[in-house]
Amino acid sequence: MYSEKVMEHFSNPRNVGEIEDADGVGTVGNPVCGDLMTIYIKVKDNRIEDIKFKTFGCGAAIATSSMVTEMAMGKTIEEALEITRNDVANELEGLPPVKMHCSNLAADALHAAIEDYKKKLAEKEA
Amino acid sequence: MIYMDHSATSPVDPEVFKAMEPYFVDSFGNASTLYSLGREARKAMEDSRKKVASLIGADPTEVIFTSGGTESDNIAIKGTAYRLRKKGNHIITSDIEHPAVEETCKYLEKNGFQVTYLPAGEEGIVKVEDLKNAITDKTILITIMHANNEIGTIQPIKEIGEIAREHKIYFHTDAVQSVGKIPVDVKDLNVDMLSLSSHKLYGPKGIGALYIKKGVRLEPIIHGGGHEKGIRPGTENVAGIVGLGKACEIAEQNLEENFKRLTAIRDEIIEKVLSGIEQSYLNGHPTKRLPNNINFRFTSIEGESLVLHLDAKGIASSTGSACSSKKLEPSHVLMALGLKEVDAHGSLRLTLGKENKEEEIDYVVESIKDAVDTLRKLSPLWCQVDEE
Repeated sequence: MYSEKVMEHFSNPRNVGEIEDADGVGTVGNPVCGDLMTIYIKVKDNRIEDIKFKTFGCGAAIATSSMVTEMAMGKTIEEALEITRNDVANELEGLPPVKMHCSNLAADALHAAIEDYKKKLAEKEA
Repeated sequence: MIYMDHSATSPVDPEVFKAMEPYFVDSFGNASTLYSLGREARKAMEDSRKKVASLIGADPTEVIFTSGGTESDNIAIKGTAYRLRKKGNHIITSDIEHPAVEETCKYLEKNGFQVTYLPAGEEGIVKVEDLKNAITDKTILITIMHANNEIGTIQPIKEIGEIAREHKIYFHTDAVQSVGKIPVDVKDLNVDMLSLSSHKLYGPKGIGALYIKKGVRLEPIIHGGGHEKGIRPGTENVAGIVGLGKACEIAEQNLEENFKRLTAIRDEIIEKVLSGIEQSYLNGHPTKRLPNNINFRFTSIEGESLVLHLDAKGIASSTGSACSSKKLEPSHVLMALGLKEVDAHGSLRLTLGKENKEEEIDYVVESIKDAVDTLRKLSPLWCQVDEE
């Protein structure tokens, strides 16, 4: 039911872990539903210079987390904010329909991490 | 591949396949016809009926062939409900039934019946006291499974049957998971109806049987040409019936040996996993369970991911996690045990079969350890557990 690309990212997830002095952290999902993911970003000169994730969830949840970190790495904040759930699913050569809604949360986690970064930045500047 | 998902389905035994083969092309006759080709098919069918009856201690006249467990359950439950609706409208079942029983009961609830779902509680076994308290003068049917398909727990069917008899209430049991794995004797168990399925005991898919005790009358829910005493009309699936018969014959011969061997493998896997993996638990009762059923849960990981990792290592298993279900809800059986959703997600079911070997144990245990370890390293929940 999963594409080869999904299985490949699931089996060899990229950018797993935490960033201790992260500039932004975003957590989405709910363990009650079976999916919870946290994305950590390190930003330099408005670019994502490092990104890591931790995910509790199904194959799709892990694969989308891995994929979104690969897609966002090196991008500017503005570019990264344009990554949508659909972009992640497309890059993975599709997700089973039932997983599109519940497990395709990685783009949301990335956006949450960026919002956190922006908030911290605003606090610093204030 | 190491196949450990026998409660989902089992391979067809080559001997079963061999027995079925003549009934597709050569002896293809309609068992209801008068000429020799039809009589041959009829004879093969009646021989199979004897074999099925023998495995469950019934008289052959008390066995009707169906398309499988789901159909048997539907015929028994709706057939009783419709037949006795003037007498009463109350049905008692448990909260860990297979969907074939659970959904049938829910359907009847929408159609004027009242259903009591007895709690299986933490150990996954219903309490006879609860049953006694649930019976009213409107109760017309008790339907409680013999062994659970997810956690393998064995219900006190004999005791429930005694109470049903005392109150003159029909008693049906879904024995799809237990027939062929543990001794099943309809007289000893005091049941009026019992469902069984062929593909769980090395027979083909699409065939099963329903035991209906002599004297028990059901309202037909399928109407047609009067086959199988009018309870399950439709041209008989002769090849399937022959396959089921052969499967029952083999199961009867090997029951004791398989029971002992699989119990030993089961207990060794359970012992090695629980002692080798921290925060691992067994779902269900430690001993009152099928010899081939293992159901673990591991904190901080999700079952579908675990099943996929094990598949990559050549092991076929299953999980009660919501993420692997069509409804995206965690298993109602695991929830009935009182587990939290997050724990139900981390379940892993291994169901053994006769082709599993003792030599596979260590590889399976090591593979589970590796997979759990890999997923916990990915899991944001595992860190939280660690710090506690």
